[in-house]
Amino acid sequence: MSEVPAELRYTRSHEWVREEDDGTVTVGITDHAQGLLGDLVFVELPEVGADMAADDACCVIESVKAASDVYMPISGEIIEVNELLSEEPEIINSSPFDDGWIFKIQPSAEQELDNLLDADSYQAEIED
Amino acid sequence: MSKKTVLYAKHVEYGGKIVDFAGFMMPVNYGSQVDEHHQVRSDAGMFDVSHMTIVDIYGDHVTEYLQYLLANDVAKLKTPGKALYSCMLNEKGGVIDDLIVYYLRPDWFRMVVNAATRDKDIAWLQKQAKPFDLELIERAQTAMIAVQGPKAREKAMLALPVDVVEAAAGLDRFFGCACGEWFVGRTGYTGEDGFEIMLPESEAAALWDKLAHVGIKPCGLGARDTLRLEAGMNLYGSDMSEDTTPLVSGLGWTIAWEPASRDFIGRQALQAQRDAGVPQKLVGLVLEDRGVLRGHQKVVVENIGEGEITSGTFSPTLKKSIALARVPKATGDTCQVEIRGKLLDARVVKPVFVRDGQAVE
Repeated sequence: MSEVPAELRYTRSHEWVREEDDGTVTVGITDHAQGLLGDLVFVELPEVGADMAADDACCVIESVKAASDVYMPISGEIIEVNELLSEEPEIINSSPFDDGWIFKIQPSAEQELDNLLDADSYQAEIED
Repeated sequence: MSKKTVLYAKHVEYGGKIVDFAGFMMPVNYGSQVDEHHQVRSDAGMFDVSHMTIVDIYGDHVTEYLQYLLANDVAKLKTPGKALYSCMLNEKGGVIDDLIVYYLRPDWFRMVVNAATRDKDIAWLQKQAKPFDLELIERAQTAMIAVQGPKAREKAMLALPVDVVEAAAGLDRFFGCACGEWFVGRTGYTGEDGFEIMLPESEAAALWDKLAHVGIKPCGLGARDTLRLEAGMNLYGSDMSEDTTPLVSGLGWTIAWEPASRDFIGRQALQAQRDAGVPQKLVGLVLEDRGVLRGHQKVVVENIGEGEITSGTFSPTLKKSIALARVPKATGDTCQVEIRGKLLDARVVKPVFVRDGQAVE
């Protein structure tokens, strides 16, 4: 059974989103996604400073099995990336919601957050 | 319709993540294929390989048959139990399958072929057997478990039945022995020492538990692929096929050209390719940058031409990506690989990356 923390929001493409107190947003991939991919061996982090739109592919994560795109859940500027993943991509497998966070966004259109799924809806998606 | 081996329930019980492989529901890992890989390189792991096809061949003319059927020469097998790795070719010299054949008696050889190629292999074996008056028996109720790693044999012998232990303990590398309804080969597909144990299906689940109990860790197909690629072992369907000869697949060493009087299926076509100049070779690639090499990616060799990756993965032992690739014969020691639109640099090496648990370099 995959973990689906109640306080986070989700996308259908298996990203999770955490709204921080300072208005920024932290993004990673879900427990369900890391389980599907298997052991991660490489993360191509997005560029800090890049401005992207919701649903743009901004990052690539590779497991032994396959390469997978990570998508912007909302539009905005990439303000920080988790450099630790360059050396230890497997942190995403062991801690997908905490130490395995991938990047942070300064949102440019806050209303897009309303389009994201809540935990129950995401849970229903992955159970299908 | 997906088939199951007799160990399917064990895979589920041990936490295996089940996927389809060659029409069989098999475990790709039991949690972490990287951990399983390290376990085999440093200790002992086990694989369910019951989906593979075992055929016993009996008759007075088995040797003649196999000498005609196979590109390698079974006449090299002078001692009972000795095994031979060979390709089985079509008339164009293309590879129908790769396999291991054991010499057991002058009138009995055992052959192990791939799971994915079972139907066409059996049909081919039977067709070619007609002039030789042989009996071909597929051992469909025989399961097979491969235990691999530096500590695999020592641990396995704590779990095997007493009479099998005695037979197995005396095996040299690349020899096998029959023991009642069991058969043990000191062979494998990982580059490590170990056994491939064939036994009646009814006894397989119990053996699996006993092996796990003595500290041999269940390993899935994911680890199997990274282990064999590190060891430079070809995978049929990826590194060679009916459209490629052994000469362009890194398997020239498995062809027994001598004696020149031995005709075998595909010999003439191979000879012709050799005379015309073999245009390609199979090499190893190591990606120095971060990234993952994968099958079918394009290889670019400056001023020479292009090639293609046949098998690629991330090597847990080297912590770099490695691959086997078919490239123009003149390729030197560097090339580039096109990954997601970018050309990344790769080193060209001999197609063996790990030996005796250590990186080769």
